[in-house]
Amino acid sequence: MSWWLVILLAFGAYGSKVLGVVVLGERQLSPVLQRCLVLIPAALLGALIAKDTFTTVQNFSIDARLAGLIVAIGATWKKVPLVLVIALGVGATALVRALA
Amino acid sequence: MTLRKSIPADVRPIISSALVISVAVGVFAVSFGVVSVASGASVMQTCALSLFVFTGASQFSAVSVIAAGGSVASALGGALLLAARNGVYGLSLAPTLRGSLGKQLLAAHFVIDETTALASAHEDMRLRRWAFWACGISLYTFWNIGTLIGALIGNSIDPKTFGLDAAFPVVFTAMIVPHLRTRNGRRAALFGAVAAVALAPFLPVGLPILVATFGILFGVSPDQSETEST
Repeated sequence: MSWWLVILLAFGAYGSKVLGVVVLGERQLSPVLQRCLVLIPAALLGALIAKDTFTTVQNFSIDARLAGLIVAIGATWKKVPLVLVIALGVGATALVRALA
Repeated sequence: MTLRKSIPADVRPIISSALVISVAVGVFAVSFGVVSVASGASVMQTCALSLFVFTGASQFSAVSVIAAGGSVASALGGALLLAARNGVYGLSLAPTLRGSLGKQLLAAHFVIDETTALASAHEDMRLRRWAFWACGISLYTFWNIGTLIGALIGNSIDPKTFGLDAAFPVVFTAMIVPHLRTRNGRRAALFGAVAAVALAPFLPVGLPILVATFGILFGVSPDQSETEST
């Protein structure tokens, strides 16, 4: 992995934190902008979940990761603690892969 | 127990909940360390990400795009967009974090999901400040120790045998839950998921994730499920 990614991400991530706390401070954003900005995690995490489950590089693929996702959704639904969700999801994937 | 006595009684529960969250996040950091190293980052780079980026979703996102063979630019793009929400948190925390510029610049580094959630749980300014700093300092400590442990473990195992490639979708699933409470949130997530898979064969790795961001435009129209309560 390139050090550039680490350095640029560090500056960018800190920059957006400082922008909120120090630069913009107690100013109000327009309601439309606020409504859109709060949706960033939903859109991106939705995309990341789909990408990391159903694609390998640029190809569509279904494999043992799907078992992990299903178990994770079930565990999250049941309000299982985060650490256990990870353990169950990862474990299910390993199990399916070992059996296949 | 002089230390215990020097902490005000109403602050003690805040500190213990900050510590509980931090321990859980520390274990979570171990999984970040493992998958980061497995994705091709060195132990040094993995630790640098946790020390200086210090926002979990962005770190996982960047590493996930690199693992799939994406470019630095596309890995950076998605991770920075995710980091932008900390700017929004900063706006809401600014009244809590008033003080000298130096103190504000230090506080900014700790503005993440957990510190915002814990601080916002209190009405009283003094308790809000306690919650923010207690959670920030303990979480930063555990996040970085966990990352180092994970990176060292990741160096010595085959991640696929242990199903660790599934750690990405599993972690993101747990993270997305609070964002699915509103109808617009669910629409944006579905749009993102469909865009990521449908565009994967046609665009360079990492770019579909950026296109998925257009899902935030669902926010242009007010959310029925939100406007009813305001």
